Amino acid sequence: MGDIFVLAEHRMGEIRDVTFEMLSKGWELAEEAGGTLTAVLLGHGVDGFAKKLSDYAQRVLVVEDPLLENFNAELYQMVLSHLMREYKPSLTMIGHTGFGVDLAPALAVELGVPLATDCIDLCFRDGSLVVVRQMYGGKVNAEAVLRPSESYIVTVRPASFEAREAGAAGGEIVRVDSPLKGEVDYKRFVRYVEPPKGEVDITAADIIVSIGRGIKDEKNIPIVEELAKALGGVLACSRPIVDKGWLPKDRQVGSSGKTVRPKVYIAVGISGAFQHVVGMKDSELVIAINKDPKAPIFSFADYGIVDDLFKVVPELTKKIQELKAS
Amino acid sequence: MDIIVCVKHVPDTTEAEVVITEDGKSIKTEDMPFVINEWDEYAVEEAILIKERLGGTVTAVTVGPEEADATLRRCLAKGADRAIRISDEALEGSDGYAIAKALHSLIKDMQFDLILTGAQASDDGYGVVGVALAEMLGIPHAALVKKIELKDGSAVVHRELEGGLEEVLEVKLPALFTIQTGINEPRYVSIMGIRRARAKELKVLGLAELGLGAGDVGVEGSWLRIQRLYTPPPKKQATILQGSPSDVAAQLAEILKSRGLV
Repeated sequence: MGDIFVLAEHRMGEIRDVTFEMLSKGWELAEEAGGTLTAVLLGHGVDGFAKKLSDYAQRVLVVEDPLLENFNAELYQMVLSHLMREYKPSLTMIGHTGFGVDLAPALAVELGVPLATDCIDLCFRDGSLVVVRQMYGGKVNAEAVLRPSESYIVTVRPASFEAREAGAAGGEIVRVDSPLKGEVDYKRFVRYVEPPKGEVDITAADIIVSIGRGIKDEKNIPIVEELAKALGGVLACSRPIVDKGWLPKDRQVGSSGKTVRPKVYIAVGISGAFQHVVGMKDSELVIAINKDPKAPIFSFADYGIVDDLFKVVPELTKKIQELKAS
Repeated sequence: MDIIVCVKHVPDTTEAEVVITEDGKSIKTEDMPFVINEWDEYAVEEAILIKERLGGTVTAVTVGPEEADATLRRCLAKGADRAIRISDEALEGSDGYAIAKALHSLIKDMQFDLILTGAQASDDGYGVVGVALAEMLGIPHAALVKKIELKDGSAVVHRELEGGLEEVLEVKLPALFTIQTGINEPRYVSIMGIRRARAKELKVLGLAELGLGAGDVGVEGSWLRIQRLYTPPPKKQATILQGSPSDVAAQLAEILKSRGLV
């Protein structure tokens, strides 16, 4: 077993959490298999990052280049394939993020290296890489083995592993000359666009009642809105509701929306795909109402009701109103 | 603007209970409705919106068995001009990489300005096909696209990142974009519309016609081989409240009250 590469993901001056989660898992794998853990850092003006990463890995490979200031999958791919050919890591870990999904499949095809995406766990077993990933919106876990190879790439789902505390790994910082010859003319980073500030800040709410696909129709939304009102809370939602244009983007909870930690989160007609759960799992109390008893949301809830939301929610609203009046 | 859009016919598991088969390798789909993959539905709509604005053609392509024609007919009814299905028993067990190879063998000889795919499929969730296909074709790509503005010979696209942040890129055409849900409002198609679309061309091609061997696809030609499926172990064991809607509502109201939330 040789090197394990972890690609550091950073954006707008911050190393993203998934990097430390992968370093933590990478450390464990390297210890088991007797390999070394290498953090790979591409960017511009990233000395501070390199120093920080050296606390978590035995080596930090740094490629400094003004062309790498912002993420551009094409340029990142050129640099990474150069490093992977040179250092021949057994495993390269990349976050399953907006950054990783744009990069990993092309890199794997270019190098002819097997790739498994969106992994929630991984290990080496009898020399083969075995991964766990989810299918059918998180309703099923799949254990899969990758085709035997000298080198593998995985993308790792954020929040799958606990990030370790910073150790004193005392990693050696190794600077590698950038192989880039210049800007590519076929793909150019223009700018970032921040999400618009909405009228309601759901991250500040103590009580959130959130709707998902189970609401079926826009005209049913007031049924749940009534409950939110009775509780003095705010109405939020999962992605499909925003995609359909039924609620504005600032109400969306999940990886591409907001992360919330209210005192109580009531999920109504939300199945609980990872992309949603990651945005609400740290709520103090989670209540789920869904008619599918196997909906993944129940495994993140403290209390569950397996029934038709259109029967339960109006009853609950009534009970809350009665309690408030008494 | 000639556009190719890649689509997948998938079981609709969004609100269904998923049951794993006895051999532990797949799920029971006999009683499940099949639909066009949700991400692909947005990709098809985007292709048709572009065609309506700028002219040109839309070709819908899929890899799958005969049942997948239902998804292609839906694309034709929405406004695609023709459809192609790659079909072969050897494709069974293919992962995203093997599917990308099958698509590449077809598309490398076609004329196009733009390829759109869904950002991922709702069944396997690989999110590999589009970006891998772009690499095989040697064209630039952008994944998770939420907005496309076409200019002369290039496109300005918005990619969706975490927390609602968007990254804006300018990409030269021909290019491939993987489409994120919510980019548009997919149109409704009637049964009548699907019937009328039967007059449009739907071609079926086997692997041999595309110059691929059985070992290039299926389990042999894939990066990943599924060993077993299982139900995810719960992170928490939720207390399931029992009783009529009125009973469970009363219990829940008491729980909220006891925590000072009412």
